[in-house]
Amino acid sequence: MIMAKAKPIEEIINTITDFDKILLAGCNGCVAVCEAGGLKEVQTLASALRIYFSQKGKRPVIDEISLTRQCDKEYLEELKDKMDSYDAVVSLACGAGVQFLAEMFSEKPIFPAVDTCFIGVTQEQGVWSERCQACGQCVLASTGGICPITRCSKRMLNGPCGGSENGKCEISILVNRDVACGWHLIFERLKKLGELERFKEPAEDKDWTVSRDGGPREIIREDVRP
Amino acid sequence: MNYPPNVRIVIVPCTGRVAAVHLLKTLEMGADGVFVAGCLEGDCHYQSGNLRAKKRVAYVQQILRSIGVDPERVHMYNLSAGMGPRFAEIVREMTDRVRQLGPMHAAAGVKAEASKH
Amino acid sequence: MNSKTPSKLEKILAAGHLAVTSECGPPRNGNASVVQKKAEIIRNHVDAINITDNQTAVVRQCSLAACIRLKLMGIDPVLQMVTRDRNRIAIQSDILGATSFGIHNILCLTGDHQRFGDHPNSVNVFDMDSTKLIQTVRMMRDEGRLLGGYQMEEGRPEMFIGAAENPFADPFEIRVLRLAKKAAAGVQFIQTQCIYNMEKFKLWMKGVCEMGLHEHVAILAGVTPMKNVGMARYMKNRVPGIDVPDPIVKRLAGVPKEKQAEEGINICLEQIAELKEVEGIRGFHIMAIEWEEKVPEIVERAGLYPRPKVE
Repeated sequence: MIMAKAKPIEEIINTITDFDKILLAGCNGCVAVCEAGGLKEVQTLASALRIYFSQKGKRPVIDEISLTRQCDKEYLEELKDKMDSYDAVVSLACGAGVQFLAEMFSEKPIFPAVDTCFIGVTQEQGVWSERCQACGQCVLASTGGICPITRCSKRMLNGPCGGSENGKCEISILVNRDVACGWHLIFERLKKLGELERFKEPAEDKDWTVSRDGGPREIIREDVRP
Repeated sequence: MNYPPNVRIVIVPCTGRVAAVHLLKTLEMGADGVFVAGCLEGDCHYQSGNLRAKKRVAYVQQILRSIGVDPERVHMYNLSAGMGPRFAEIVREMTDRVRQLGPMHAAAGVKAEASKH
Repeated sequence: MNSKTPSKLEKILAAGHLAVTSECGPPRNGNASVVQKKAEIIRNHVDAINITDNQTAVVRQCSLAACIRLKLMGIDPVLQMVTRDRNRIAIQSDILGATSFGIHNILCLTGDHQRFGDHPNSVNVFDMDSTKLIQTVRMMRDEGRLLGGYQMEEGRPEMFIGAAENPFADPFEIRVLRLAKKAAAGVQFIQTQCIYNMEKFKLWMKGVCEMGLHEHVAILAGVTPMKNVGMARYMKNRVPGIDVPDPIVKRLAGVPKEKQAEEGINICLEQIAELKEVEGIRGFHIMAIEWEEKVPEIVERAGLYPRPKVE
């Protein structure tokens, strides 16, 4: 899933402070799973904003809604009738959703309420961690199912580096939490799978044209197009 | 049990049922303060509902700070069902605190707080 | 296939001598004389001088420029190159630039993460890692080819390829395999992280020799003299990847402050003497950071002076 976290409320307030009729639009997809932008978060944010504005003597309209997803047009269309009632929309969806919303309702200011962070997994309730960098050329088959691009801070293909200590990445002391050394994990996994031979050979080169570095990407499937 | 009449009690089966939005809405709707009264730590009938409530109260306090509202308007207390006098004491303490902070809203509204009976 | 280069360091090792290298850190500004002064102090006591490359991700005068300065002074440099800050285009370009000035030694490094340095907000590049860099230099040297396929008609790099190894990082099992991978990629010499834990180091060397790696790769043992007990403690507790056993700290602490520097040098000389006896050790890389003036004394007292002459 795409993981996001709520923007500081001060930042959101700054973007909407001059508007009178605001819609908070949540998303019941990824951002609901990581408790950043679902219906619950829309309600909490709406209440906090109303308290803030009433303390300032203002009473803007702050309405609440949450869509199934904001990355598919059929769900965004649900908003077509309502849009005229608002002069700004705050979207709690991930960056993709915010942009799609802005594309469909391009004459309305659309503001993000979350910072989209990464593709990841629910480690446990309340802890989400990154697993995939969407590099476009998955190498998991040769690294025991652990991604060196995502889990190595230096995206090494021939890791670990000399800073790996006790299974931890050298940046752990800088970020005040234990970041696992991705290559240590890969080594242990390959050992478990009896695939240590993979460790002895230098890795194949990676083609970065299919990643972000190659420019904005698109996938087209002619066989499923109408 | 004698306690100030400015308290409105909302009963929940466990303070674990109280969500951040409930506390915020209470203030939004006119309360000047809200406190959550849960079981003593370690004695929660549902294991750890009161611990969740504690975290949510802390979370709401953080939100209040960031919107310029004194976080002391929301508070967590722990007590057992048999501690009547303690409850009265809590109400007095919270009332005093909120009174010192002053009204949240220009017009007087309904005052409320969530508690376990 | 490894060809012979004009590198003096390579020649000294090929002739069977113990090699000695040291390093100079460039300044955090454009001053031309800093590197010059440091190099003058040690030039007759070493076979080549490393110039560090934005070490610890702190912006300093670039290694290539300082290496060119050394060449102009008639000194053999070792161009340290990290992959953290440059993509493959810039890396190959810098290698060609180094070649044009007759630089014949390169140390291929991945580099400390940029969050350690003075510009933690920057993008990290890491278009390749140290192993890939080794492969790249080897391909440019032996085949005259760039990664993208371009074939050079002339002006191929003639570089003796080195890398670093840290025998003290974890897990230990990986440390020998890593060297094996770098050897497969084409590395010819290694400078190790500075050694204080002899036991662990000897264990690593044993693993290296068991795999026969020492026959193809010249290992230069890294040594750093301690200036005082404060330095020992700092390196023990605050620098990742450095293993300083307690007895060393105790030994320095047990000596009055004004005698600690001398004791630090004594410890270093004892280490060198002990390492000379370890199978597979082909020389020493003396890292006397901001203490370059002690390098001549260490080299002389270790019986490594004068440096051998080679054609």
